[in-house]
Amino acid sequence: MPRPRSYRCEAVVLRRHDFGEADRILVLFSRERGKLRAIAKGSRRTTSRLAGHLELFTHAELQVANGRDLDVITQAEARNPFRALREDLTRTSHAYLVAELADVLTEDQAEQPEMFDLLLQTFSALEVALDPRLVVDHYSLALLGIVGFRPSLAVCLLCREELRPGLNAFSAMLGGALCPRCGPGEASARPIASDVLKVLRHLQRSGPPGTVRLRLAEPVAREVDRVLRDLAERHTERRLRSPDLIARLRSEAGESHPSAPQTPALPVEEGARE
Amino acid sequence: MQTTVEPVARLIEEFAKLPGIGPKTAQRLTFHLLRLPAESSRTLAEALVHMKEATVLCSSCLNITDKDPCAICRGDVRDRTVICVVEEPLDVLAIERTRSFKGLYHVLHGAIDPLHGVGVDDIKVKELVRRLDGEVREVILATNPSLQGESTARYVANLIQPMGVTVSHLARGLPMGGDLEWADEVTLARALEGRRPM
Repeated sequence: MPRPRSYRCEAVVLRRHDFGEADRILVLFSRERGKLRAIAKGSRRTTSRLAGHLELFTHAELQVANGRDLDVITQAEARNPFRALREDLTRTSHAYLVAELADVLTEDQAEQPEMFDLLLQTFSALEVALDPRLVVDHYSLALLGIVGFRPSLAVCLLCREELRPGLNAFSAMLGGALCPRCGPGEASARPIASDVLKVLRHLQRSGPPGTVRLRLAEPVAREVDRVLRDLAERHTERRLRSPDLIARLRSEAGESHPSAPQTPALPVEEGARE
Repeated sequence: MQTTVEPVARLIEEFAKLPGIGPKTAQRLTFHLLRLPAESSRTLAEALVHMKEATVLCSSCLNITDKDPCAICRGDVRDRTVICVVEEPLDVLAIERTRSFKGLYHVLHGAIDPLHGVGVDDIKVKELVRRLDGEVREVILATNPSLQGESTARYVANLIQPMGVTVSHLARGLPMGGDLEWADEVTLARALEGRRPM
């Protein structure tokens, strides 16, 4: 049967780069075909009918023609431009990390409706979240789970014994936590604080993005970030780029408000009792 | 199999490194030059070398120039109290073509784009901050109306607003020759917000 000449799909723009005179190549994550690449011809011209509908992070309805090498986007209509993600630098930088994770942790051309919905929910949650960091942490843990890298957080990876609060360790290479007896023997493991493990477990059990209500002390939040970043980098064998921008913006914001009150050392406010 | 001789292959390879030029175009360009008189190739080669040797970045606005400071920064008729910040040297040309801007420029040489490894320190922001010495009253942010351009503008604005300069931003709206029906909602919403009395 001949292949149809074009198809419709619903997609989010993860990444794009300029190509030729006025074209752009886009990396999209679609409901119907997972991650895919396509070219948007002429989309750098100010009069392009596509351009505004194909900005980064936009959720759009597309008509795409099958091309020889690259598929060609012939029509685009934005469904949700996630405007709040563009108008606040902190939210923008976290959205970059979400897009980067979606890009590096997924494969081309595989139908993944679950991942697509998770991505949309995460962007929606990021638009309103008080703490965008938690939304991204939740997203990376959920995505790692879907792609088959769900870290083991409740029992020791080696002896399968249930983990209790104490001197536990965590190995991004092995993909989970280790008990105080197995931890010291494993070269790739680093100590992990009980609070951090508790937060990770809570995030792993939580429902859709945006439903997590936690207030984390800065050191705990930073450590949760680091563990999740290690996991993602270990599995993709590449360095994530967006965390640098997030860290930079955070440190500059901190410098300009030196008298800002410290978040109280309150690791878990509600719902995370073991 | 017949292969291309080394001198020809080498030029093809060099052309293919240029943006927008694939292997086929590189071959066509090379064979075109091969057919032209030797003089044409020499002129081209000289222009290439001269271009690199005779240009520098203007020490003030960082635009590409043959004489430092550049013609715009030297000009007596330019308004030194306004700086227009752009991403690339080509954007200076675009704004100069409008003939409606008489101030100075500042070229950032990029926009913040973490997914392509361009961070805050990779663009010329510090140099802009150093230029805000009291004489400058307004900074116009003329970055591209893309997410990267907007984030860059927002970053620069946050950085320089506390220094007491007026920070403005190019209007966002509908392009000439465009069509309302095809406008995306962000553009249209901004065009509405930025509407002006007639």
